[in-house]
Amino acid sequence: MNNVFVYVEIEGTQVQEVSQELLTKGRKLANELKVELHAVVAGTGIKGKVEEQILPYGVDKLFVFDAPELFPYTSAPHTDILVNLFKEEQPQICLMGATVIGRDLGPRVSSSLTSGLTADCTELEIGEYEDKKNNKVYKDLLYQIRPAFGGNIVATIVNPEHRPQMATVRSGVMQKTVYEGECRKEVVYPEVSKYVSPEAFVVKVLDHHVEAAKHNLKGAPIVVAGGYGMGSKEGFDMLFELAKVLHGEVGGSRAAVDAGFCDHDRQIGQTGVTVHPKVYIACGISGQIQHIAGMQDSGIIISVNSDPDAPINRIADYVIVGTVEEVVPKLIRYYKQNSK
Amino acid sequence: MALKIVVLAKQVPDTRNVGKDAMTAEGTVNRSALPAIFNPEDLNALEQALRLKEQNPGSTVGVLTMGPPRAGEIIRQGLYRGADTGWLLTDRLFAGADTLATSYALATAIKKIGDVDIVIGGRQAIDGDTAQVGPQVAQKLGLNQVTYAEEVLSVKDGKATIKRVIDGGVETVEAPLPVVITVNGSAAPCRPQNAKLVMKYKRATCPLERPAEGTAYDSLYEERPYLTLNQWSVADVDGDPAQCGLAGSPTKVKAIKNIVFQAKESKTLTASDADVEGMIKELLEEKIIG
Repeated sequence: MNNVFVYVEIEGTQVQEVSQELLTKGRKLANELKVELHAVVAGTGIKGKVEEQILPYGVDKLFVFDAPELFPYTSAPHTDILVNLFKEEQPQICLMGATVIGRDLGPRVSSSLTSGLTADCTELEIGEYEDKKNNKVYKDLLYQIRPAFGGNIVATIVNPEHRPQMATVRSGVMQKTVYEGECRKEVVYPEVSKYVSPEAFVVKVLDHHVEAAKHNLKGAPIVVAGGYGMGSKEGFDMLFELAKVLHGEVGGSRAAVDAGFCDHDRQIGQTGVTVHPKVYIACGISGQIQHIAGMQDSGIIISVNSDPDAPINRIADYVIVGTVEEVVPKLIRYYKQNSK
Repeated sequence: MALKIVVLAKQVPDTRNVGKDAMTAEGTVNRSALPAIFNPEDLNALEQALRLKEQNPGSTVGVLTMGPPRAGEIIRQGLYRGADTGWLLTDRLFAGADTLATSYALATAIKKIGDVDIVIGGRQAIDGDTAQVGPQVAQKLGLNQVTYAEEVLSVKDGKATIKRVIDGGVETVEAPLPVVITVNGSAAPCRPQNAKLVMKYKRATCPLERPAEGTAYDSLYEERPYLTLNQWSVADVDGDPAQCGLAGSPTKVKAIKNIVFQAKESKTLTASDADVEGMIKELLEEKIIG
């Protein structure tokens, strides 16, 4: 009762990194609340293959649901598992990845349980909330913090009355760490048919095709990112050249992706990839908060922008005031000249 | 087979174009300064619906939206592109809804519309980016859901075959009707407005959009009933006020903070060769880049 739950996502028998990141965060929240961290995973042929990818992140109890047709994921069976498990376990918090699966499953579960869900949180904290209207103080609530309204504000959301308090978090926002402290590491294998009705399996996956990522933007030590100011798809070519000489990767702002200058999977920001590189070179990016949310923990930030007042300049270590057409070729040239 | 299709559409402030004038002196967003637009991904959904209508003779497409009276514009935008009808859910009791209360309102309206085969909407709205309303409507109606759809490939024998984009790949799924589908922005763009339909529907309004003192077109509204758009209150859809709007929303906003970037100590350089080379040398010397 009253524990912190993390829904663990898998591809085949591979546990997704975002889930390990959430387990790390969930462990911290559980310690602060002095409760246990529980994890739930559902798939096909996963028994004996996923436990060691989950338990090291500080899990007290792991529920493994293993049955045919639980992979590839479909909405109804996974919803049934969580809804019925949560009715038994009464968790106070449930975290899941803000992935295609988490954003399909989370709302369905929250609607079934009439609990509140906050999407794409960038921070999670524990704190109290005073309901001034009803003169009531709630202790130990989950603060679900996220940019809102197109990234122009940051909102802290709470669910005072409803449980579990549910939140999704994007991949890369939290950092995963193996837990050094004590935890129980119990594993149970509940009977799936007690949780999922046969009618839940009506949606059939005819074809499921996943490719390994084409790039390693998330883990790249140097990221060269372009914004709407790059002007065109061709404009991005020089960023790829710069990234190549620096052994980095190319990313883009939402505006650049929307304009078709670079691929969707390279989008950096709240609704894209979150990166923590050693060096972040922002070219022609004005710096909407949604973008900042995806790169603010970078080591050194260099902004190349013709507008000296671009918002991103405020968090930059180096601001180069000039056009990208002029500056980027110079960066390439002088790096080549000065590095061995 | 003839399909009854309902498109979920939302009027949203154009948050992609928040310019300097859209901020007040106190630094808050001045929502009234932002243009209200048809949520972009809902247009992608409308296009899929219109294609299904063309492929399945006898089908109808209706646009369901919730908002203040001026959101009647969303229904007109749908009619201009080929929708057959629309419904505006408008009532002060609906105001302040989070995603759960919104989906409750939409689900009760869909029940009232009745016998719907496909409910289709955009994956998410640009003012919230939550992607929650589609699945929550599906749950409230007890229907199957297919999110992140790229294309509805076909509907036959009571089943929809849908291509969807998942993390790092694609999937094709088959779902029995009735089904709730949410569509990605990368799906086919919506067709433009049709000039004939614009002429036909440009005076179409919801009763609340009309001034109390009457308009010059009152006789037109009497002659042409299709110019009066459906407008429903909580009572009209037999809704429970406790589950609508702020009252029906489990999530509460504790705090709203305007964005203030913590200014760092930064070096401002020009685009001159000396400045750029100087920076590169500095980064190399400090082994920040290799």
